[in-house]
Amino acid sequence: MCLALPGLLLEMRGDDPLTTVGRVSFNGIVREVSLGFLPEARIGDYVVVHAGIALSVVDAEEAARVFRELGLLGEAAS
Amino acid sequence: MKYVDEYRTADAAKRYAEAIARAVTRPWTIMEVCGGQTHAIVRFGLDQMLPPGLSLLHGPGCPVCVTPAAAIDQAIAVAMTPGAILCSFGDMVRVPGTGGSLLDARARGGDVRVLYSPLDALAVARAAPEREVVFFAVGFETTAPATAMLVLQAERAGLRNLSLLVSHVLVPPAIEAILAAPDNRVQGFLAAGHVCTVMGVEAYGPIARNRRVPIVVTGFEPLDLLQGIHMCVRQLEAGRCEVENQYSRTVRPEGNPAARRAVDTVFEIVTVSWRGIGAIAQSGLALSRDYTAFDARGRFALQKPIAAEDPICIAGDVLRGRRLPHQCPAYAVRCTPDHPLGAPMVSSEGACAAYFRYRDGAAAARAVQG
Ligand code: SF4
Repeated sequence: MCLALPGLLLEMRGDDPLTTVGRVSFNGIVREVSLGFLPEARIGDYVVVHAGIALSVVDAEEAARVFRELGLLGEAAS
Repeated sequence: MKYVDEYRTADAAKRYAEAIARAVTRPWTIMEVCGGQTHAIVRFGLDQMLPPGLSLLHGPGCPVCVTPAAAIDQAIAVAMTPGAILCSFGDMVRVPGTGGSLLDARARGGDVRVLYSPLDALAVARAAPEREVVFFAVGFETTAPATAMLVLQAERAGLRNLSLLVSHVLVPPAIEAILAAPDNRVQGFLAAGHVCTVMGVEAYGPIARNRRVPIVVTGFEPLDLLQGIHMCVRQLEAGRCEVENQYSRTVRPEGNPAARRAVDTVFEIVTVSWRGIGAIAQSGLALSRDYTAFDARGRFALQKPIAAEDPICIAGDVLRGRRLPHQCPAYAVRCTPDHPLGAPMVSSEGACAAYFRYRDGAAAARAVQG
């Protein structure tokens, strides 16, 4: 139940913050999720969804950090 | 899958493991708190890529595992009440209380339904206005916002036939309890990224400082975990005790303010009992005074049963990182996923199930994808 996967936000619907929903694709499997706690989400964002609620937008810049650091580690070792 | 597959590449994992080996000069013991992390570690064999002397202990972060049998008994009592519908997550319905599981209750005629999201309970309640619908709400800080959203939307919709059996628990008090134990062996923590997606990282600051322990907020993919371990080891080797955020692509320092506000509105913090561990002060959530109308315990006048657990099961020690699953005398002998004696074998996030599934079962599943 604690699994929270990133999915691509395809569509948003609703103007009441509490009941705004989005359609999110998880590798092709599309689910309706609540965007009530993620007012900053925009179509095209990757959002992390947990138990049907979007909780966070994936930061593309930060996502590369694991690999950047790995590159630095490689240089330090050689 | 974007933001998943690229964090599973075998070559990068190997290079991280080598960097960890270079950084380690003496034995260390690190605990990953979350059951999702335990599963990834065992599934991808990450613990077996680490240098000797660097041990991982598995923490209490499986919500199904720590939900007391007494709470399950109450859920069963609701399910067996004529006219009631009991809804919960798939994992939860298999865990035994003192007299069987929710699935057993269903076999005896109880109306038990498995939901993907707590919000699905709204549709169940709307479709059956003459029935009492109860959502059995378990899970950590990650799941609590979903429950809070259910309450807020039910209130907005004026739904009168929906209530909750709340059994939410909080991670930082559990970490405190582990560190305060006289026989504690944990020297560093990988904190669960998803929990921090909601609550942010600041709650860990005082723990890291006061208990002198490095805490690295970590994601769930192999590279996340290896980078988190590397960050933790570097702190240990340098004698630093800080909170670091490996999972910054998802976790903001302040967490998710809207979700936190909703949780603060709907719940209050209370002392609760953890399965296998016992009471931990201020470690759980209950509906706050403004929302007691949604409390199923009041609506169904539920008694607090005294729950006993199978005496052979060492789940409490497994959950606190004192022993590993295969050190349990029942492991893989009397206790298997088909015939579980304790919750860590039932839940797909439990440490015992992870060992059984990935270590003693399909060895091939261990390999990190190439
Ligand atoms: S193997 Fe089974 S009996 Fe032993 S600790 Fe795990 S769940 Fe309990």
